[in-house]
Amino acid sequence: MSLAKPMMRGMLAKRLRLHLPLAFVVSFSSALAFNLLIAQPRKRAYAEFYKNYDSVKDFNAMREAGIFESVRPIEK
Amino acid sequence: MFHLAAGRVGSLAAKRATAALSTSSARMMASHGHEVSTAVDMSKPQYTDSADYPLPDVPYKQVLTDADKSLKQKEKGPWNQLSKEEKLALYRLKFLKTYPEMRHSTPEWKTALGAALFLMGFTGFIVWWQKVYVFPKRPRTFEGDWPEKQLKRMLDMRINPVQGISSKWDYEKGQWK
Repeated sequence: MSLAKPMMRGMLAKRLRLHLPLAFVVSFSSALAFNLLIAQPRKRAYAEFYKNYDSVKDFNAMREAGIFESVRPIEK
Repeated sequence: MFHLAAGRVGSLAAKRATAALSTSSARMMASHGHEVSTAVDMSKPQYTDSADYPLPDVPYKQVLTDADKSLKQKEKGPWNQLSKEEKLALYRLKFLKTYPEMRHSTPEWKTALGAALFLMGFTGFIVWWQKVYVFPKRPRTFEGDWPEKQLKRMLDMRINPVQGISSKWDYEKGQWK
C-alpha cells in the first residue's frame, strides 16, 4: 500500500500564487468601477449643475415659495 | 418541534462555547455525536481529532485487547512484514478519524440555518405584540397631508438640487421629471 506523499510544505506559497494576483485584480477593479460608475458621473453632474446656475434667480424662487424668515416674498 | 430545535441549538451553542473558552484546540472533547454519559477526567491528556493538532497527546485506543497487544509487539519489528490490514488496524488503534474524515462536512448547517430563520420569524410575533402593547402613537408628521406639505417645503428649499430629490422635480412644469 503506497499512498502519494502528502503536501508537506509550501501551502502558503501555493495559496498566494492565486490569491495575491486576485487581490490586486479585485482591488483595482473595485476602484475602477467606483470611479467610472460613481465618481465621474458625480463630478459631471456638479459641473452641469453649476455651468448655467443663476444663484440670484434660485434665491428669488425660494423667496417666492415663502421658506425664508428674513425676507418675505416680493410684494407686487 | 420548537422544543427539539431549541434543544439542538442549546447543545450546539454549549459545544461552541466550550471550544471558544478552551485555551488550545487540543482541549476539545472527542465527540461521537451523542452526549457523554460519564464524566471525563480532564486532568489527564485527552485524545483530540483536530486538523491543526496532527499527533494527539494519547492514542485513541488505550485499553488494548490481547490481539491488539500482539499486533503492537509485531509493530516493534520491521514494518515491511506487516500486512496492509495490520497497518490499517494499527492506524485505527492510534487515531479515531483520518484527515478526510475529520474534514468531512456535516449537515449541521441546515439545523443552524433553520433555527436562525425560525427565530427570526418568531421575532415577527414579538414585534407585532410590541406594536399592540408597547409602541407609542406615531408622530403627527405622518398623518394627513403633513408628508405632502413636508415634501413641497423640501422642494421649495431646493434640498439636494444636484443629484438628490430636487434634481428629480421639474420646476417649470411643476411635476416629477
